[in-house]
Amino acid sequence: MSIQGKKELAVAALQNGIVIDHIPCPALFKVVNILGIENMENGVFIGNNLSSRSMGHKGLIKIADIDLPKETLNRIAVVAPNAVINIIKDYEVVEKHKVELPEDLFDIVKCTNPKCISNNEPMSTHFHVLDKDEFKCHFCERIVSREEVVLK
Amino acid sequence: MQNRNLVSISDLTKDEILALLRRAKEFEKNPNQHILDGKVVGSLFFEPSTRTRLSFETAVNRLGGRVIGFSDARTSSQSKGETLKDTIMMVANYADLIVMRHPLEGAARYASEISKVPIVNAGDGSNQHPSQTMLDLYTIYQTQGTLDNLTITMVGDLKYGRTVHSLLEAMHYFNPKFIFVACDELKMPQQYKDYCKELGIEYEETRDFSEDVINKTDILYMTRVQRERFSDLMEYERVKNIYTLTASMLKGCKPNLRVLHPLPRVTEIAQDVDDTPQAYYFEQALNGLYTREAIICRALGL
Ligand SMILES: [Zn+2]
Repeated sequence: MSIQGKKELAVAALQNGIVIDHIPCPALFKVVNILGIENMENGVFIGNNLSSRSMGHKGLIKIADIDLPKETLNRIAVVAPNAVINIIKDYEVVEKHKVELPEDLFDIVKCTNPKCISNNEPMSTHFHVLDKDEFKCHFCERIVSREEVVLK
Repeated sequence: MQNRNLVSISDLTKDEILALLRRAKEFEKNPNQHILDGKVVGSLFFEPSTRTRLSFETAVNRLGGRVIGFSDARTSSQSKGETLKDTIMMVANYADLIVMRHPLEGAARYASEISKVPIVNAGDGSNQHPSQTMLDLYTIYQTQGTLDNLTITMVGDLKYGRTVHSLLEAMHYFNPKFIFVACDELKMPQQYKDYCKELGIEYEETRDFSEDVINKTDILYMTRVQRERFSDLMEYERVKNIYTLTASMLKGCKPNLRVLHPLPRVTEIAQDVDDTPQAYYFEQALNGLYTREAIICRALGL
């Protein structure tokens, strides 16, 4: 069976839920973290270092019987800007879209500046998205690149 | 309500900057005006800065207002572990305006989002110090009669010096030309050079603090070169003398050139410069009073 065929099978094996595809391998567990998957009671399948024609290798997450709001799913764009969301109903992909980075990130990313107020006060962090790869702390104005991102 | 906080110089539009400068000019003519009668200003200095605090508190007093607050967090509830939020919430109950200095970056922005009274940032770590920038702009305007089309030479610590970064950002409205004079260890960060490029602002960069450079300058902005910025102390000893201005270096300068410095100075301006007509750093410090009077009135919508 081809790799493509295996992937289709994996997606098809989900009756209802969400498949998050095209996650860069190093970002997979960050995505798990952002979505709080470790605390979910749904059926979850996590794959990493899977072959991908477009990316070489990729990560993939399937969550059964769940419906997550777009805003929640878009949070993962911080670490996986090209991830694709597949909504599955009755074994069929009924919706497919790329995640979109919001203009502002609230309480997702930690500031890398130890002298930033957000690292010294019980408060939410806030970053402005400059582009896909750079975020600016709303408070101390430090620019953090996507590679440097530490999740809150 | 209109947002009247002043947290970062980049929060101000060109018109707002010009309006503040016009207001400061009125206060220069008459610094004592009873505009703040019955008002209470919270002056919260979570880290000591005598110069800035005295300037702000004098501004409040000359406007007829009253000051409450503290000048060192060690004497306040901060030392008992109170959060910034709790301190701001408490003082906002008592004061009509809060002027704050804090060692942590972003503290003033955060305070402005939780406070019911306006916040004026008097310095947050190495991030922003907008009243310093306003007094620099006012001094430039006062000595040159304009902010437009000037050549501004910045000398010394261009890497860590927040005053030069903020001044650069504020001047972008006025078609400036910059000359950056610094050693390799303290040169202007790429981020600010990119900023100039994006906005089409002309700049030169040199290690050489020469009379050639001085002679084409309108504003010579000197900064302190601090020993603690150097990993190599030999390098510091060498550099601190190269970037020292002496009176003889000003012999061929343009008649309108003025020397500014955010003070305190150490060795970067020799004492003999004080007696030249170009020395303007003490007047510059006094301008802090007028610009802070203007900033306080704007914050209170008065
Ligand atoms: Zn920050």
